[in-house]
Amino acid sequence: MEIKVLGPGCPNCSMMEELVKKAVKELGIEAKIEKLTDLREIMKYTMSTPGLVINGKLKHAGKPLPSLDKVKELIKAAG
Amino acid sequence: MLKVFSEYITYNLLRLVHGSQLANAVEFFIYDTIKIFVLLSVIIFTVSVIRSFFPPEKTKRILSHKKEFIGNILAALLGIVTPFCSCSAVPLFIGFVEAGIPLGVTFSFLISSPMVNEIAVVLLFGLFGWKVTAIYIGTGLLVAILGGLIIGKLKLERWVEEYVYTFHSGQDYEILRQSFRERLLYARENTADILKRVWLYIIIAIGIGGFIHGYVPQDFLVHYAGPRNPFAVPVAVLLGVPLYSNAAGIIPIVYALMEKGLSMGTVLAFMMAVTALSLPEMIILRKVLKIPLLAVFAGIMTVTIIAVGYLFNAIL
Repeated sequence: MEIKVLGPGCPNCSMMEELVKKAVKELGIEAKIEKLTDLREIMKYTMSTPGLVINGKLKHAGKPLPSLDKVKELIKAAG
Repeated sequence: MLKVFSEYITYNLLRLVHGSQLANAVEFFIYDTIKIFVLLSVIIFTVSVIRSFFPPEKTKRILSHKKEFIGNILAALLGIVTPFCSCSAVPLFIGFVEAGIPLGVTFSFLISSPMVNEIAVVLLFGLFGWKVTAIYIGTGLLVAILGGLIIGKLKLERWVEEYVYTFHSGQDYEILRQSFRERLLYARENTADILKRVWLYIIIAIGIGGFIHGYVPQDFLVHYAGPRNPFAVPVAVLLGVPLYSNAAGIIPIVYALMEKGLSMGTVLAFMMAVTALSLPEMIILRKVLKIPLLAVFAGIMTVTIIAVGYLFNAIL
């Protein structure tokens, strides 16, 4: 599974990254987590950061952040 | 009921002397704290539900076919209900430009968004009542519309960083679907999140307000900042520009100051300057705007806000 966290670097974006890491760990699955900070890369998917892309599909965009459970759900649904 | 409750705590539980300054301050503190937290919870929740219907992608879609003027009005209104993280101000700006939304319309959006927000509205409503709140929202929108219109008329596109125009993803971003249950959950989380971030701030601010309420004489500020001092408004605005705070921190203090003689127009102008013009926002916008445009933006905002201050001092 490929997970991308989209954010130019702000507290919300780092929180999103932490959330994803925690979700992946708690689910005990193999996933490559990548953080996209380049605007051009980000804007291929959305203009609302922080964003979450799983296997190339946008799953969350903007504020407020999803809950840990929601992130887990999204990951499970994609896996 | 709330009044009875705060009186009960002040006089029966804490056994403070009736009518003493300490008792007044404590009663004011308890009453306002409860009132504001109840209001905050209800209104943030409601606004969050409404906001979930207006993601930036939808706002972009709505604005992309609009001409100036109508576009400015819509942008200012959408600025109130579209949620966005300050970190996405840059991609948002680029997305708007890319969608062909005029620069002035984009600015109307960027101006109204921080100025008219749910926390400001709740605090104003809780402390000053609905009339002042309506006036604040109305003038906030007016400032956003006017500011955007002026920037649009000045044709300042050359002062937008060139790279902004090189984005041509050309795509209409997907709007993620949410069920109504998800919206409610999201609203609940958002409410808890905002309250967690501002509660201490608000309690401290109300505490200071309560202290001033109880101890500082009624007309303390009239001489310095009352309606008859012509410099009160510009000084308040100039003080407010470098200050950066969310509305939560500033309103209760301002409320107490107003009780001591600061006039309404001065208060509103100060609040607008604090919320609409902030250094961190400028630094973020610097990534897409060249300095002259930032300066024009700050200048127009300052002048408009000062004008609003004078207007209200004259008519209220």
